[in-house]
Amino acid sequence: MSIGHTLLGLLESGPRHGYDLKRAFDEKFGHDRPLHYGQVYSTMSRLLKHGLVEVDGIEAGGGPERKRYAITDAGITDVEHWLATPEKPEEYLQSTLYTKVVLALHTHRDAADILDTQRAEHLRSMRVLTDRKRKGDLADQLICDHALFHLEADLRWLELTAARLDKLREAVAK
Amino acid sequence: MRARQWARDLAMGARFAFTGGREGWVRVLLTAVGVGLGVALLLLTTAIPSALNVRHEREEARLDYTYSSKRVPKADDTFVIADTDTVFRDKDVRGRLVEPEGPRAPLPPGLATYPAPGEMAVSPALKELLASDGAKLLRERLPYRISATIGESGLIGSRELAYYAGAEGLAAKIDGSRVARIDAYGDPNPTPSETDPVLVLLVLVVFVVLLMPVAVFIAAAVRFGGERRDRRLAALRLVGSDSGMTRRIAAGEALAGALLGLVLGTVFFLIGRQVAGSVEVLGTSVFPSYLNPSPLLAVLVAVAVPAAAVLVTLFALRGVVIEPLGVVRTARPARRRLWWRLLLPLGGLVLLYPMIGQGRNNGNFNQYLVTGGVILILVGITALLPWIVEAVVARLGSGAVAWQLAVRRLQLSSGTAARMVNGIAVAVAGAIALQMLFAGVQGDYTKNSTNDLTRAQMQVGLPHGYPLAMAAEKFRETKGVGKVIALSGDYIGDRRRDPEHTTQVTIGDCTALREVATLPACHDGDVFVLRGGEYDTDTPTLATAGRKMYFDPSYGDSPGAATPWTVPAHLKQAQSIDDPTGVRRGGFLLTPSALPGTAKSVRGQIYLSLDESVTDVREYVRNTSAGIDTTVDPMVWAATQQARKFTSIRTGLFVGATCVLALIGASLLVSQLEQLRERRKLLSSLVAFGTRRRTLGLSVLWQTAVPIALGLLLASVVGLALGAVLLRMTRVPVVVDWASVLAMTGIGAAIVLVVTLLSMPPLMRLMRADGLRTE
Amino acid sequence: MNAPAGSLLSADQLRKAYGPTVALDGAAFSIHSGEVVAVMGPSGSGKSTLLHCLAGIVPPDSGSITYDGRELATMSDAERSALRRSDFGFVFQFGQLVPELTCVENVALPLRLNGTSRKQAERAALGWMERLEVDDLKGKRPGEVSGGQGQRVAVARALVTEPRVLFADEPTGALDSLNGERVMVLLTDAARSTNAAVVLVTHEARVAAYSDREIVVRDGRSRDMERAV
Repeated sequence: MSIGHTLLGLLESGPRHGYDLKRAFDEKFGHDRPLHYGQVYSTMSRLLKHGLVEVDGIEAGGGPERKRYAITDAGITDVEHWLATPEKPEEYLQSTLYTKVVLALHTHRDAADILDTQRAEHLRSMRVLTDRKRKGDLADQLICDHALFHLEADLRWLELTAARLDKLREAVAK
Repeated sequence: MRARQWARDLAMGARFAFTGGREGWVRVLLTAVGVGLGVALLLLTTAIPSALNVRHEREEARLDYTYSSKRVPKADDTFVIADTDTVFRDKDVRGRLVEPEGPRAPLPPGLATYPAPGEMAVSPALKELLASDGAKLLRERLPYRISATIGESGLIGSRELAYYAGAEGLAAKIDGSRVARIDAYGDPNPTPSETDPVLVLLVLVVFVVLLMPVAVFIAAAVRFGGERRDRRLAALRLVGSDSGMTRRIAAGEALAGALLGLVLGTVFFLIGRQVAGSVEVLGTSVFPSYLNPSPLLAVLVAVAVPAAAVLVTLFALRGVVIEPLGVVRTARPARRRLWWRLLLPLGGLVLLYPMIGQGRNNGNFNQYLVTGGVILILVGITALLPWIVEAVVARLGSGAVAWQLAVRRLQLSSGTAARMVNGIAVAVAGAIALQMLFAGVQGDYTKNSTNDLTRAQMQVGLPHGYPLAMAAEKFRETKGVGKVIALSGDYIGDRRRDPEHTTQVTIGDCTALREVATLPACHDGDVFVLRGGEYDTDTPTLATAGRKMYFDPSYGDSPGAATPWTVPAHLKQAQSIDDPTGVRRGGFLLTPSALPGTAKSVRGQIYLSLDESVTDVREYVRNTSAGIDTTVDPMVWAATQQARKFTSIRTGLFVGATCVLALIGASLLVSQLEQLRERRKLLSSLVAFGTRRRTLGLSVLWQTAVPIALGLLLASVVGLALGAVLLRMTRVPVVVDWASVLAMTGIGAAIVLVVTLLSMPPLMRLMRADGLRTE
Repeated sequence: MNAPAGSLLSADQLRKAYGPTVALDGAAFSIHSGEVVAVMGPSGSGKSTLLHCLAGIVPPDSGSITYDGRELATMSDAERSALRRSDFGFVFQFGQLVPELTCVENVALPLRLNGTSRKQAERAALGWMERLEVDDLKGKRPGEVSGGQGQRVAVARALVTEPRVLFADEPTGALDSLNGERVMVLLTDAARSTNAAVVLVTHEARVAAYSDREIVVRDGRSRDMERAV
């Protein structure tokens, strides 16, 4: 996720202080990983350098978090451009899990066990997400759903692989 | 172009009918059996008139007219024939003794030569009977050697029992009644047979009543298949056939059943024709060759039946929209209206009304009005029933779970329920009406006899002049005979020729005379005069001592023996009581020696009381009678004498109606099972909930029983009304034959039970949880 | 393996074959009150059969099923039916509502099978329909409501007797995700509020995520994933 673009987008509704930006970001997008002030500071100085934001004012006491930022026209164009550009679908071709399974087969370990353990772990995560979803608001639900669908996809892959372990074993043995 | 399109669509539908898997086959087969039975019945109907004609002609051709006052002189083309009809175990045997008097004597139909004395020609059925184990008594009665078989032209039915036996010296017995000399067979003055209008009415109504439910059944049968067919039709739409095409394809499926039905019908008819040759109904049988349907009518049946199947299907699909993704029954069918449904039966009544009271006095029934009226009334049931079922079911409250399930289901699809029951209702209504008509008409044709069955059960009339005491002795020695009452009788007149006053004389010994009167004291030689006789006005004037009376006086140009008898001086008085035939005699009672020995005209009557525990007791009596004289034909007494044909017609009708009901029951069962199969998953899930089997079974029962109960109720009302109208038409007092109402509704109810019982095992199987398995 | 202590319903060494097809081959199971256990596995693995055996709908060929201290496998059909009426509730993939009964009559049906009067049963039914947010459908017939609504009516019907065990066989199988999730939330909430155990057969991980624990059935054998870890 591009933090720079996200912060720019948040500024579009009006100038904000650095700490204000961090709080807004955390609230809307950062449930899992809240931003460090350092991240905000470095990102904002980069944006400032590129002329995408400008400093609107500085509160007494100094410090980067006390600066008030505003978005520039170039910044707005940049946000627009970012939103309009589709994300490249992520393909996990170099999956760690796949590697684990093949290695297990190669070394005559129980690959099914690995898959089942992973499966249980995935489901555990899904349970946590589902629980959070039930208690949270709509934003929570959407975020959790996104994660759930991805996990579900992984889980399907685990199931499919489990069902094809014998064939895979043959292929690896060759 | 359009015609070709039609043909192609219909043909495609027909192909679907046969390739639809087991389900499809069952449907086609049921339709075909239903249609087939209808077709066979139709063909039979068209064949019966010709069959009756042939029978009538044959019967006329072999008639030997013995009741003729004309005396034919002996010649080389004359023969003497004696009527020796007898009965063997309730079966009539036509018997004739024949004696040709010259080489040119005509042969009776079916015979190549006259049998020699002591020999006989027999019908195949009689030959069979005589050869059977149980016929020893009949063999004793007919002690002739079988020398030939009577050909078909001499018989009126394949199962007729008949023989011609050669005899000698018959001429001496000629009496103008049972023995006669004639010179030709056949009725000298043939008269066109005049059918009783009531009989015509009966026949018309019987056929309408039996055919109507079959028609209703066919209409229901072509609608078998329900949802599976709907899915197939929808699939056809999906691949691009238009709505009209789809309908024609559906009609084609029905057409296949109808065509197969025609084939089956022809087969049924041919089988029926052969069977008809070996069975006896109403004591008559026919030869298969008699049953030839008129070609025109046969062609009409062959064209009309398939056409009707197509039309019924198109009609049934009119409220159905077949869409590519499924079949939609037009949203909620408009609430059924009552008025036009009532019009049908009322119209029927209007048609029948003008014929009320025309039955007797050879009134005429307009065949079209009768048929039309009866059909309208019966069709009215099929129109009224859906309305009634809908109206009643909508008002039914919900009781127990089983009841609730059934009622709700009926509310949702009352039309289907009514359609299933229509056939049964029509059959029951028709049968009730007919049974009522028969019961009424039969009452008219049945005479209550006055015979006192506690005193005697058989009566034997002896030939003229046969010694009474000798006959009585023979019967006393006969196996199974208890008391023998032997009485002779005659009428005496006051003049030698054309007497002005006549009165009855009864001759018998004292014991026998006490059966007809209370006697003070009695010795042989006594003469009594009776008081209290019925219709006896002349006796008081004639009972004066010394008056000359004559046995067998001459009337006009028929001479009598005119044996004189004088009323004796010592006349004793006797009080008449009911004699064994229930009559109070009048006139004189004579003890044997009071009768002038020259009086040859007196005829003996023997009344026999029988020991019913002796099997074939009547046959022993008949054999004794035949030993006295072959022309003697004893009478068996019954409390009522009933025109036998009505009993058998009623039985036949009962059987026919039961068969029709059974057929409809079969179709009911099929649609029931079809419905259960469609609800397999649902039933299994209900079982998962712990629903008791009893609950589901009961709900199936209610689901069938409620519409049937309504159907039977309507059928009884309409049937009774129709029966009353028909009785009024024949001018017979309206009497409700409750027994047949109960019997017919009972059969209807029994069919519901049987259908429910038969659908129980599959239901139980469906309710096993396997139904829940999806994979 | 003995039934874990405190379990409400447990099974061990279950075997069941339909003709030549072996559906269960030594499966085991256990569930506590208030617990939601997901039964997962590929189609044809025997998970539905496991559910049918646990619910006493079909008797297993061998093995034991213990419910509340009683042995289910040897009960007569009538006893099992009675148990299903009083202690168990069911939700199926396609609702399986009786099409000719109205929704409220459908929900009231299990109570009426137990002999409750119509009025009382329908009052209770309406209460459950409210909890599942379908009380406005009471007079409608199942054919007139959407799949999601129908399934919620079915859940209400399953819960109306306040069963101690609720069996749900692919309850969301015929629904889109949104309706499916709603049904799952309502179902699990309602079950928790009555402390009912839920046996949830599903092949969807997202549905299984509503459970506390999962069991995977493969080739007729069960595997408890908690114990596997």
